[in-house]
Amino acid sequence: MSNPSPKTEYAVKLVNLTKTYTMGTTQVHALAGVSATFEKGSFWAIMGPSGSGKSTMLNLLGCLDRPTSGEYYLDGKDVSKLNDNDLSDIRLKYLGFIFQSFNLIQQLTVEENIALPLYYLGWSTQRRMERARELGCLVGLEKRLKHRPTELSGGQQQRVAVARALSNDPVFLLADEPTGNLDTATSIEIIDLLKRLNQEGKTIIMVTHEPDIAAHATQRLYMRDGHIQKTEE
Amino acid sequence: MFAPNFRLFSDIHLGIKNLLLHKLRSLLTMLGLVFGVGSVIAMLAVGEGASAEALEQIRRLGSKNIIITAQKAADEQAQANARSRISIYGLLYEDEERLAQTIPTVSSIVPVKVAQKSARMENRTMELRIVGTNQDWFELVMRPVVAGRVLEYRDVQERSNVVVLTEHGVRKLMATEAILGEVVHIGSNYYEVIGVVLSEGASEGSMQTPDQQTDAYIPITTARDHFGDYFSQNKSGANIRELVELNQLIVEVDKEEHVEATAEAIERMLAIFHKKKDYSISVPLALLHQAEATKRTFNIVLGAIAGISLLVGGIGIMNIMLASVTERTREIGIRRAIGAKQRQIVFQFLIETVVLSMTGGMVGIAVGVLIPKIIHMITAMPTIVSVTSLVLSLGISVSVGVIFGIYPAFRAARLDPIVALRHE
Repeated sequence: MSNPSPKTEYAVKLVNLTKTYTMGTTQVHALAGVSATFEKGSFWAIMGPSGSGKSTMLNLLGCLDRPTSGEYYLDGKDVSKLNDNDLSDIRLKYLGFIFQSFNLIQQLTVEENIALPLYYLGWSTQRRMERARELGCLVGLEKRLKHRPTELSGGQQQRVAVARALSNDPVFLLADEPTGNLDTATSIEIIDLLKRLNQEGKTIIMVTHEPDIAAHATQRLYMRDGHIQKTEE
Repeated sequence: MFAPNFRLFSDIHLGIKNLLLHKLRSLLTMLGLVFGVGSVIAMLAVGEGASAEALEQIRRLGSKNIIITAQKAADEQAQANARSRISIYGLLYEDEERLAQTIPTVSSIVPVKVAQKSARMENRTMELRIVGTNQDWFELVMRPVVAGRVLEYRDVQERSNVVVLTEHGVRKLMATEAILGEVVHIGSNYYEVIGVVLSEGASEGSMQTPDQQTDAYIPITTARDHFGDYFSQNKSGANIRELVELNQLIVEVDKEEHVEATAEAIERMLAIFHKKKDYSISVPLALLHQAEATKRTFNIVLGAIAGISLLVGGIGIMNIMLASVTERTREIGIRRAIGAKQRQIVFQFLIETVVLSMTGGMVGIAVGVLIPKIIHMITAMPTIVSVTSLVLSLGISVSVGVIFGIYPAFRAARLDPIVALRHE
């Protein structure tokens, strides 16, 4: 599995990114000028206590929100000023999400969930199902493709989510507390899966507050009060 | 508007799948439209059937004709009841000539003189309405000739003792196969049967047509000679004596657009020569226009009822879709996070409402076609289900789906994906 055209060395580059919320009359600086570079092929963990700007960072990295100022380059393209429609397109083509609560669609089967981004990319049903099978094998769920998410364990559901995040071959995977709803043993399974994907070349940015989990990443970024406190390898 | 590789079929499939997840809810939502559409089609079918029958009856009177009928004037009637005297009323032979000569838009006039006589053939008898008229009658009334010929100009000129019977009359009077050339005894004279026509004369109580089933047609000249203008009858003790020259004049106008002006001219002219209003003028075309206007009003009322029931159905759909959007907030958030555009979310929800409303509309059409059939079976009332009403209802139910689905769909699409993802 390889990244799309390696135009740049970095997957994501943030330049002096700020995000300000207005609450009543007071202004809250959730991000107060963040600059960082996430190289291709890296596995980052973003850490920090609640209120540190971690979630804001996640929303901005995930193109779910726009920064108040600053630039966000995704594989060489400035996405910080795009409108909702173009941001949707960026998410569809360049991003893969993994959530704490899996966020699978209950009415769809495992393979349909995996192939959901491809549906919006306009792939034919046949190609979608082929790709879903391929990814199902990759995450070890080839026997569960026709099942509904509710029939699976938490760990299995999260693996479906990982497969879905991979379906569009994104520039990077964005994981939000991917083990937050799992027990220790299953957490390790998922982390191992992410590590394997990283070794195969996938860029991963993971937001977590658990040091044990963050320890598996190759690089860590600590946030506090909307700033980057420190980074470590 | 939509992405080039957008797949309508998959979207419809997804919509149906989502609706089938809540079968009972979808069914109940649809019911509003089913009954709305069904009742509208059924009502229209019954209305259409009734008015088609009325219009057909009027059309049979002839849209280019004006029918002037002799009628006892209102005060004359009261006096006649008080004591026995001769009442003189009705149309005059002079009226026919005057109309023909003075009104240029009149293309032909058929005089009608009516007398009730009993007819006899061998040992069979029957009460007949003897209609003294001329050759033009048959052209105006246009009834198919079953056998022989109808009256001709020469019959009127020669005052021949000939009669044209109706099929109904023939069946009552004759046992033999050979009809033509037979002789019928009517009143105190003998007439040779020269032809038989089919009578479509309506049964009593319905719209008046010029002919009746018990008619026998003889030349007007012959009728004048044999029966005269004086008529006497004993009816429930009172002796009714009348002097009537002509009972009816059927005027044919050259063009349809001249009918109403001609009717006015006739009215004015008759008013000059008749001291009392002892005639009535009926204009089938005016009746036709009136019936059509009534039908239009009826349709507007129906349209309003239809509009209300479809509105109610639409509100039901909107209500359910709003609930569905709230219920599926998380799903919407997931789809948006994955990269679905706002318009794709709008489309997804809109498809669902349209599938819902279209299915409801089609079931409604089935109900609407069935109900008039049942009504017809039970009451024998004529019903007409027009294709237009079917196409229109389907179109309207789809529109209802779009109109009432658009707001919930936009509400779904406008959700902030970050908030939607956190929704429990």
